[in-house]
Amino acid sequence: MISGDPISRVLYVDLSRKRFWVEERRELFEEYLGGVGVGIRLLLEECPRGADPLGPENPIIFVVGQLNGLFPAASKTVALFKSPHTGNLGESHAGGRSATAIRMAGYGAIVIKGSSDIPLYLSITDKGVGFRDASALWGMATYTTGRVIREREPRAGIRTIMRIGPAGEKLVTYACVVTETYRHFGRLGLGAVFGSKKLKAVLVAGKSSLKPGNSKLYREVYKEIFEEITKSDLMKKYHELGTPMNVLPLNRLGALPTRNLTSASFEQAENISGETFAEKHLGRRVACSHCPVSCIHLAALREPYEGEPYFYKTRMISYDYEPIYALGSMLGIGSTEGMLKLMDEVEILGLDAMSTGVALAWTTEMQARGLISQEETAGLKLEWGKHEAYIRAVHLLVEQPTPFFKALAKGVAYASAKYGGGEFALAFGGNEMPGYHTGPAAHLGFLLGSRHSHLDGAGYSLDENLLKKGEKPTVEIVVEGLLAEEAWRQVLSSLVVCFFARGVYKPETVCRALKVLGYNLTPEELKKLGWKILKHKFEFKLREGFNLQALKFPERIFEVPTPHGMLSKDFMEEALKAYRGRVEDLLKGNL
Amino acid sequence: MRASRLRVVDVDLCVGCQCCMFACNRRFGEAGLSKSAIQVSSAGGFERGFIVKVCNACSNPPCARSCPTGALKVREAGGVILQAQKCIGCGRCVEACTVNAIFWDESLGKPIICTHCGYCVDYCPYGVIRLEVVEAGRLD
Ligand code: SF4
Ligand code: SF4
Repeated sequence: MISGDPISRVLYVDLSRKRFWVEERRELFEEYLGGVGVGIRLLLEECPRGADPLGPENPIIFVVGQLNGLFPAASKTVALFKSPHTGNLGESHAGGRSATAIRMAGYGAIVIKGSSDIPLYLSITDKGVGFRDASALWGMATYTTGRVIREREPRAGIRTIMRIGPAGEKLVTYACVVTETYRHFGRLGLGAVFGSKKLKAVLVAGKSSLKPGNSKLYREVYKEIFEEITKSDLMKKYHELGTPMNVLPLNRLGALPTRNLTSASFEQAENISGETFAEKHLGRRVACSHCPVSCIHLAALREPYEGEPYFYKTRMISYDYEPIYALGSMLGIGSTEGMLKLMDEVEILGLDAMSTGVALAWTTEMQARGLISQEETAGLKLEWGKHEAYIRAVHLLVEQPTPFFKALAKGVAYASAKYGGGEFALAFGGNEMPGYHTGPAAHLGFLLGSRHSHLDGAGYSLDENLLKKGEKPTVEIVVEGLLAEEAWRQVLSSLVVCFFARGVYKPETVCRALKVLGYNLTPEELKKLGWKILKHKFEFKLREGFNLQALKFPERIFEVPTPHGMLSKDFMEEALKAYRGRVEDLLKGNL
Repeated sequence: MRASRLRVVDVDLCVGCQCCMFACNRRFGEAGLSKSAIQVSSAGGFERGFIVKVCNACSNPPCARSCPTGALKVREAGGVILQAQKCIGCGRCVEACTVNAIFWDESLGKPIICTHCGYCVDYCPYGVIRLEVVEAGRLD
């Protein structure tokens, strides 16, 4: 650690008593570097066993890492909490300016506890915390909230404004937290945890400096990493078309979940491809702070005002692969305009796009099968491809006028337990499916990853690599591959490096960067640390009732061929068994 | 005599990555932002694009005229050089700068003045900023 690095300062905020204090946690940051490593330890400390995720006892923990503010593409903040969506480990990452702002304000972590009696937003600087009345902001859209706070508070350019929309206030368990308008702590319901605390937004601002002991080495290593990022393929890929570049290749493979995964290819994929989006709509690219890649793509959607000739408005709407899958192919929507309008509503309300899309896809199939009545959906009829009805539906998800929408606001696992249709409710460990039907590794990863995300062990990429090599997945390759990747990613998310730059931040490079900070770690030691962090995550999960024996795949995934053919239940069961064994090993301390 | 000055080529190319800000700070071997002479913020939200605030290299700089001790010496290629020993830290230059491009070094209590060294240029991935060389008062 750089001598005098303020990263070891943990800022505690108590919303119930409206007070704050700072604690020095040097040992924690020395041992775990920061990010998820420190975060999971803080969560184990701060979150009481069996805590109600929407109760005051559930902490919100934002953590940055030692590479944030020092090296390019170390641009992410990790949020930890108990998830109201799965009732277990809540972990979500976002960039924007959040990581730079927290780091430069001179904190390593911010722990928000308790719950306020009135709506509040926080204004955090190196001097401490301002508690601001947010009653006037309650009910406001995410965009508007950002606009108001931007005007009201100083320090433009060196601050982050993390906020929720109506979905978080109404405790939709997959409400997200939006930062810098277009980035999200998307998954697992951090927005609802904010809402339950009457916390509308958190602003953090700061602009400090840190002096690495050897500044020559610092500049040298920085330059190497910067050049590697800007000259790499990743830069070109993520910058040019961005993540939507995946639409066509995945569709060609037959891995693009379509209409609630009744198919894995979408006949209108061309119409919603990254290429089409760029040609028709791309209006601006933006970047997270300290990231040269600039992968955020904004579509400019120009629309006429009804009833007023020659009067238009232009909305800037961010699009990525996952929302295109969830709010596009999954709902059979083949028009970029329709999809963008839907994406915009989801953004305004502050919902997680992935869970929302899967929830609506499931509802559409339920209606088509006559398993729920139009009365239960407040008169709404959902049909594949009809974006207007889906726009209405996302509002109903937030307003929750009927018991059905109340249930759907808790996700498809919950709703299907009440209304049936579990066979085609695409949730894994309680979290809705990401957009990859690539083969066994993807689905095992969704189910087994510690946060039930495609980003845990990147099973989709394992599947694709096997395909490229013409190899068949074996239980061993899949289970070991998923776990090793997930363990390594704990290191990246302790630093906190954006996963898009993982190709550059290889173990040796990370060691070199850490050397600038005074660490003498070997790649093996780093990997060990990754396993240790993963172990702590499972400790938390098991403590909160995660049952490895009870894990189940949705039937639907066995009904539609993947690029690796039909999934075999025997294979998946065997893999599950092997995985359980490995996790038990891990918990015994065999890293 | 050759001298250089920094220019913003096309602000619409800017993606707001702030790599230039971090670069400027690294001139002193430091990581972070507190000593940066260039600042990028959104023009009222990311959807509206960005503002790159950096020394305009004025030939008749208002900042120099405002300084009561003459601590800001006018450069040949425009802009000023801070003579720190003369600076009393009154902050008038900050107010005088029309383009709001003079920042404050809290630790020294003195202004942060762009030296037009061009270190940041190499770290802007999108060609937003450029270093121009001026030959005997004329643009090269
Ligand atoms: S030219 Fe030099 S001093 Fe001026 S902003 Fe760039 S790096 Fe900073
Ligand atoms: S480095 Fe270039 S693109 Fe990035 S903020 Fe600075 S001027 Fe804009």
